[in-house]
Amino acid sequence: MMKKVFARPKSLTEVPFTYCPGCHHGIIHRLIAEVMDELNIAQDTIGIAPVGCSVFAYLFFNCDMIVAAHGRAPAVATGIKRVKPNNIVFTYQGDGDLASIGTAEIVHAANRSEKITVIFVNNAIYGMTGGQMAPTSLEGQVTQTSPYGRDPKTMGMPIRMCELLSTLNSPAYIARVALTKPAYIIRAKKAIKKGFQYQIDGKGFSLIEVLSTCPTNWGLSPKEANEWLEKKMIPYYPLAEFKNVEEVS
Amino acid sequence: MVERLLMKGNEAIGEAAIHAGCRYYFGYPITPQSELTAYMARRLLKIEGAAFIQSESEIAAINMVYGAAAAGGRVMTSSSGPGISLKQEGISYLACAELPCVIVNMMRGGPGLGSIQPAQGDYFQATKGGGHGDYHLIVLAPSSVQELVDLTIKAFDLADKYRNPAMILGDGLLGQMMEPVQFKEFQKERIPSKEDWALGSCQGRKPRRIVPFNLDPDELEKIVNKIGRKYEDLPKEVQYEVVNMDDPDIVVVAYGTVARVVKTVIQKGKKEGINIGLIRPITLYPFPYAVINDAANRVKQILVAEMSLGQMVEDVKLAANGKSKVFFYGRTGGVVISPVEIWEEVKKILNQN
Ligand SMILES: Cc1ncc(C[n+]2csc(CCOP(=O)(O)OP(=O)(O)O)c2C)c(N)n1
Ligand code: SF4
Ligand SMILES: [Mg+2]
Repeated sequence: MMKKVFARPKSLTEVPFTYCPGCHHGIIHRLIAEVMDELNIAQDTIGIAPVGCSVFAYLFFNCDMIVAAHGRAPAVATGIKRVKPNNIVFTYQGDGDLASIGTAEIVHAANRSEKITVIFVNNAIYGMTGGQMAPTSLEGQVTQTSPYGRDPKTMGMPIRMCELLSTLNSPAYIARVALTKPAYIIRAKKAIKKGFQYQIDGKGFSLIEVLSTCPTNWGLSPKEANEWLEKKMIPYYPLAEFKNVEEVS
Repeated sequence: MVERLLMKGNEAIGEAAIHAGCRYYFGYPITPQSELTAYMARRLLKIEGAAFIQSESEIAAINMVYGAAAAGGRVMTSSSGPGISLKQEGISYLACAELPCVIVNMMRGGPGLGSIQPAQGDYFQATKGGGHGDYHLIVLAPSSVQELVDLTIKAFDLADKYRNPAMILGDGLLGQMMEPVQFKEFQKERIPSKEDWALGSCQGRKPRRIVPFNLDPDELEKIVNKIGRKYEDLPKEVQYEVVNMDDPDIVVVAYGTVARVVKTVIQKGKKEGINIGLIRPITLYPFPYAVINDAANRVKQILVAEMSLGQMVEDVKLAANGKSKVFFYGRTGGVVISPVEIWEEVKKILNQN
């Protein structure tokens, strides 16, 4: 008899992803869905889709979903979780969404240690609107709105959200992961699982930043995009657990 | 007999909300409504399972409301002036997603940071949409502390009935004023079940999706048309008060605080032999067009008095439809109209015409 070793996670719907070839959004969706399957939580999970390329996340997860205004997913999650404390609530947010327009919401949801899980997709660009500079775009990075490269003198340096949020006392778990190698993917899934597990255990706020590609707006092939991420992004955005409530003595 | 309590307007709204089963409040302090935020903190933080959050901003507050409403909670937020402006994007999302909630606006002088004194300059913002896109709020305009109570409860019921955000449009004066109020018994059963649409556990049913957008214009048009049909139904909820309308020489149309002032002027008129009628819209959206149209058939002059440069006057003109002359008297910036000013205006109009 043949053993099935690869199947679509039950927590994903049948709707095919709309993401560009080589985009990491799809991998991240899959990892979240696998975690939801393993923890058997899909029936109790409420997901919040952002405004960004992943606004369509509401189509892909097999659980109750709501689309939030640009940047406001942590506030929406707060409202949901306070009414339905026994449900599992997660937000899925891009870098423009979380680190620019929604900076206040993420800082304060983290500081209140809302019992939610945040998946933060850092692709160093505004994907949906066609490739403008993100708060996380790298120094010198050419985008539609930094056509001569991001100049830190007038545009600031890219924001490291994990490091920034780790200065807060209250969050339970903050980690940055990547997906460019199988070993990274395994670690990324573990981090996402921890984020959900901590919510189930009532430990508080968790955020997993996933370094992600946008081949389309970076103007690179999928392979080149992975290389660019490893060469340029990881040195500036170190992969690490920045905060883990379990390891606090 | 139901007990009579002496309460401050802002606190009466809070108690009325809790009385009506509201267990979730999200807000950010701003004068002249901060007592309401503080009252909700005092009460809700002591109720098991309830939530009060002083949010990081009004934007966050309205988005918490959006989440709580989506999860099926009876939820409220409140603010004034600049804070209400900040909420507009979220209000538009609530309307599109057809989520019920109550938003209290205790109006202050504007534009800009304006003043913290009572005003009525947010009439357009409240009744014509306020945020982006094609939608309306249900707007109720109380004129006494008892009405703050009754209309707050009603706002929750209407919001649930139509699955549309409802706004209490008060002003700083009503919020600060103390008057005796009664809370009639509230039957919890009248809160409709939200089990058939709210987000939660999808065990045994299909997953639900609340999606306030559609990139296909034909599909979005369907969504907006569905919302539009609710507004066609709303006129049956029209509520207004008429005073001294048997055989008036002139009719004044005013809402909220200004209507209270007009009532004083009516007494003065009676002593001086001038019959001043008052039409006081209680629902500003839906607007009581019919009763004003009817009055326009009977009197030659209608005076609209507002604490603004003239906003509701446009709806009164629409209602009068040219059948009588519509005059306007307003003070703005936070100045409350005095009875003397309205009396002088009435005499001027009657003398000239
Ligand atoms: C209030 C508001 N401002 C601007 C926009 C336009 N907008 C849509 S998505 C987006 C940026 C998305 O970038 P990001 O969050 O990084 O997500 P990505 O598409 O890269 O995954 C912007 C600016 C909007 N929808 N709402
Ligand atoms: S534009 Fe970029 S982020 Fe958006 S789907 Fe395509 S590759 Fe992914
Ligand atoms: Mg992005």
